Amino acid sequence: MPSAASKHLLFILAPLVVVFALLPGVYQNHLLLFNFVIFLILAQGVNIIYGFTGYLPFGYVGFFGAGAYGFAIMVMHLQWPAVLAVLVGGVVAVLLGLLLTPLLRLSGAYFAIANLAASLAVLHFVANPALEGITKGPYGVSLTGTFNPTHAYYAAVVVMGLTVGAVVYLKNSAFGLALQAVREDAVSASMAGVNIVKMRVIAWLASALIAGLAGGIYAWYVSVFYPDNVFSGEFSIFAIVFALFGGVATITGPIVGVIILYGIYNLIGFTTPQYFQLIYGLLIMGLVLFLPAGLVSLATRRGWNVP
Amino acid sequence: MSPEQTPILKVSRLVKRFGGFHALDGLSFHVTPGEILGLVGPNGSGKTTAINVISGLYAPDGGEVTFDGASAGGAASHRLVHRGINRTFQVPKPFLSLTVRQNIQVALAYGGATATPPSIAELLDEYRLKEVADRPAADLNSAQQKMLDLTRALATRPRLLLLDELAAGLNPAELDWIAGRIKALASTGMAIIVVEHLMGFIEQITDRVIVLNAGKEIFEGTLATAVREPQVIEVFLGGEHAH
Ligand SMILES: Nc1ncnc2c1ncn2[C@@H]1O[C@H](COP(=O)(O)OP(=O)(O)OP(=O)(O)O)[C@@H](O)[C@H]1O
Ligand SMILES: [Mg+2]
Repeated sequence: MPSAASKHLLFILAPLVVVFALLPGVYQNHLLLFNFVIFLILAQGVNIIYGFTGYLPFGYVGFFGAGAYGFAIMVMHLQWPAVLAVLVGGVVAVLLGLLLTPLLRLSGAYFAIANLAASLAVLHFVANPALEGITKGPYGVSLTGTFNPTHAYYAAVVVMGLTVGAVVYLKNSAFGLALQAVREDAVSASMAGVNIVKMRVIAWLASALIAGLAGGIYAWYVSVFYPDNVFSGEFSIFAIVFALFGGVATITGPIVGVIILYGIYNLIGFTTPQYFQLIYGLLIMGLVLFLPAGLVSLATRRGWNVP
Repeated sequence: MSPEQTPILKVSRLVKRFGGFHALDGLSFHVTPGEILGLVGPNGSGKTTAINVISGLYAPDGGEVTFDGASAGGAASHRLVHRGINRTFQVPKPFLSLTVRQNIQVALAYGGATATPPSIAELLDEYRLKEVADRPAADLNSAQQKMLDLTRALATRPRLLLLDELAAGLNPAELDWIAGRIKALASTGMAIIVVEHLMGFIEQITDRVIVLNAGKEIFEGTLATAVREPQVIEVFLGGEHAH
């Protein structure tokens, strides 16, 4: 299906990257744009692990925070250049993912809870005052040497492009099909010859890598942060809600989810923060009850083929 | 059946326990390439369990499975699939939200077939799935889902095929048709084990049957002989009365 893949690259990935590359020139709130890009990355990372394998990563932020600290440690102690330190952030997240692979033996809510617990454990490890010499413990990190929000923003756009590209690959390859098969019925997938453990681990590590790179870039962008900032459960919850709202196991669903929900979040959050929690909460409930396959399923139900 | 051929599958003194319950209790048999072996027995006698152990879903608690001269007991399912074992499920298990075509594509891509597998077009055509090829498997009726299970298995080019009540629920015309297909597969050298309650169907296609009761073999031979065995009659009548 090479033609479908090139269509997806041309009509979804390319416009997305171009728009976010150009927006800083015309829109002044760069921090908001940066946060949009970070959530686009994280929502697609959730899409890869949840949409394609069925594991709901309630502790997804663990990889993000690990990436941020991987970045910070390289910059603080070894004075590595930012781009390389971001890559290290990705590697640290993958190592954490490897450490957590036994969680993949759990299913459903057990996995989600264990993953949440794991992310809290990593937070407390990093924030431990005994590790002050390495992580600065609870006192937070200040990385003035690499501070360059413009470069960090474009690095985020690049990682977003690669992440969406990975999802395009999953949507159009036998590998992605096999992942969906594992999600649908692991026993039948094994009878199709699929090594289900290997597939799950690959998807898990890929989503860890994505969050780790995003975390490293986030650290680069903000430069000053505390453990609670980069391990905030809000990252996990938002990324999951955005992906679910738009529709997982699609390319466009998480993108639509981030743009609409994060857009609404910022609109309501700025003008009438007191109503935000209420409206957002109702929206999520309604979504789970009436639109479990996300917004794009409205179109799919009409027989339109939404990638 | 050609008795001089070496068996492709040998099962010896196979034991499978669930808790303290012996679902398989020292089962031994073999099947040779090109042979259609019937596996019959009352409900709960261990037929599906035998298939599950041979296809790697369960590790045996005792005994041995030898496939193609090498041990196969307790190996991972996907490895056994790559080595040439495949099966259908008593309750079909397609990938429901994938299309029929995609269901088969997964097996073609990952089945590790050593010889050229049949093409999707051939499989769709031969197993009457052409009209529904681009529909999600969830839209199929149960007979079609069974055929989809079968095409998924065939896409991996198995040398041993285990059919768990494939014919149950088919109408007489469909039964004749699928009997023909199974025989055609065996004539290519594929060894086939058929689990079925329909004795007419078993009679029509098998060379030999194993009668199972409580996880043990109680008879081996042709179905015509089996139905005259007092022990076999007893087990089947007992089983029927129990329901
Ligand atoms: N996973 C399992 N856990 C516990 N008990 C099981 C399990 N699978 C099978 N059994 C038990 O093992 C026995 C054999 O079951 P099996 O499914 O092999 O029978 P069968 O011969 O295929 O019957 P049927 O003709 O009804 O399909 C039954 O008593 C069943 O309840
Ligand atoms: Mg059975």
